[in-house]
Amino acid sequence: MQTVFDRVLGGKAGLVKIAIMALVLFVLLPGCLDIFRLNLVGKYLTYAFVALGLVWLWGKGGVLSLGQGVFFGLGGYCMAMFLKLEASDPITTKIQSTPGIPDFMDWNQITHLPAFWVPFKSLPFSLIAVVIVPAAVAFILGVAMFKRRVGGVYFAVITQAIALILSLGIDGNQGYTGGRNGITDLRTLLGWDIRSKHAQYVLYFTTCALLLLAILVSQWLLSGKMGKMLLAMRDREDRVRFSGYDVSAFKVFTFCLAAALSGIGGALFVLQVGFISPSLVGIVPSIEMVIFAAVGGKSSLYGAIYGTLLVNTGKSLFSETFPQLWLFLMGGLFIAVVVLFPNGLAGIWTVICKKGGPLLKRLKTEQPLDPSPISTPITKGQNS
Amino acid sequence: MSSNTNFLLAIEDLTVSFDGFKAVDSLNLYIDKNELRVIIGPNGAGKTTVLDMVCGKTRPTEGSIKFKDRELVGMAEHKIVQAGVGRKFQTPSIYENLTVFENLEVSYPKGRTVFGCLAFERSEEVISRIQKVAQEIFLDGYLEVEGAFLSHGQKQWLEIGMLLMQEPELIMLDEPVAGMSSSEREQTAELLKRICKGRSIIIIEHDMEFVSRIAHKVTVLHLGKILAEGTMQEVQNNPSVIDVYLGH
Repeated sequence: MQTVFDRVLGGKAGLVKIAIMALVLFVLLPGCLDIFRLNLVGKYLTYAFVALGLVWLWGKGGVLSLGQGVFFGLGGYCMAMFLKLEASDPITTKIQSTPGIPDFMDWNQITHLPAFWVPFKSLPFSLIAVVIVPAAVAFILGVAMFKRRVGGVYFAVITQAIALILSLGIDGNQGYTGGRNGITDLRTLLGWDIRSKHAQYVLYFTTCALLLLAILVSQWLLSGKMGKMLLAMRDREDRVRFSGYDVSAFKVFTFCLAAALSGIGGALFVLQVGFISPSLVGIVPSIEMVIFAAVGGKSSLYGAIYGTLLVNTGKSLFSETFPQLWLFLMGGLFIAVVVLFPNGLAGIWTVICKKGGPLLKRLKTEQPLDPSPISTPITKGQNS
Repeated sequence: MSSNTNFLLAIEDLTVSFDGFKAVDSLNLYIDKNELRVIIGPNGAGKTTVLDMVCGKTRPTEGSIKFKDRELVGMAEHKIVQAGVGRKFQTPSIYENLTVFENLEVSYPKGRTVFGCLAFERSEEVISRIQKVAQEIFLDGYLEVEGAFLSHGQKQWLEIGMLLMQEPELIMLDEPVAGMSSSEREQTAELLKRICKGRSIIIIEHDMEFVSRIAHKVTVLHLGKILAEGTMQEVQNNPSVIDVYLGH
């Protein structure tokens, strides 16, 4: 019988993985980086939620979505709406022609708060919306597409179109959404200044904790029958259908789960970065997020996080020095990973473990002439 | 149009046309409870298409398929399975990346909804049932082996086992002994005779020696229509069957 320990942590091997990740996120990075850099890492980790969702949807569910930015954005906007309303109290905004509404509404001659903004005055509602709104949108899209057995390239193209539609929709309705600038100038959460150093530390650790929790919950779900069902569906979808399962329901579930995770990531992004804009919702970020997952290894939960960190660190370093070249490098990286390492970093790590294990044993017994092969496991350091 | 009957499966006036070509043409077929029926016929006779329509994979153009007086035409595939119809495909369809045990576990008819699946526990009942079925299909020594490593014949058995897990009242098998050695064929014949107690089975098969060993009744299809129906002996002596299928 599988114990809870085995299912949640994935046995001893899983315990090692989660311990390494916790060490990196909670000790190593905060110890080495100043708060500016740590805040950047915190921002990357919010993308890791999307990558984690893609592991579920793409790696485990076999369905590639090129529009996960939609759900990241929806979660982010839900959080930003609450923060914006808190930042727009009548006293701070008394110079506006209509005090008490967000500034961009005032600029667009809107004189009262639109109805769909009103519930976002409540924090509990907003926090629930962060998860429920993306999941509900995914549910509607998922039912519409999976019930009709839309999949593969068609699904990817449609999700991409939705990302474009949403980013244009936000862009074009400045009075209601803040338009291209997005929702900016977010300051406090229930009076707590989210821009302070202290808050940035707290938010960073909250992000890490939630990310680890998401991994553990995912492991628990995947270690049970759900994991086997998804594997069976990737193997032979027809056989699953003719074993009495509604295959589309399982795909809708993974899509909703991926969307909910992305939404949480979006909300944490807003809290740490202090704004959200349509440029984080559209096609480009959606595809970037797929690259994070692909580099990490599309079916590895841990890989998704290391992949996200690695690609984003690379992005920051290279785009500072060669801003023009970065996009080409990113594209090249994606092609290289897909062609050479279809299982990404996680796949490389597995190969190292398989080859390195016996190699190390041999080295211990045989007294090596050339000790260089020992250095192989150190490549792991790159992952973080 | 269609009447209620005492048959387990009553197919009436079943027609399907693909771009004007009638693959199955006003077919009437009745299967009794506890019956083992074999359908034979030359390639393109519409045998597989009939099974496809019963299990919901293909939609008939006309006609009705009643299972226990319940109309199957228009039902979703998984609902038809849940109603008690199991189907084995021509090429063995098993999950290559799951072990034999997991293949059977996934076929166990509990936890079929998303949330049921999340709450599913591998209980003693499930384990003992899997062991029982594995024994039946000669794979009790292979429970931890991944599907991909089974021989062709074992894959065929595993798929039959996956159907047995679902406890269907009607099992449809498309060429279950294709690619099997003669000893495997013998074992399969025994298996089929054992499992048809308490349920009905429809089998599509080409191997006449195998058919004569298992069939209660044989239906010969030709160009989407029934050419002959009866015991193996009757069918074998039917001149038109000899003409189009068996040969002189």
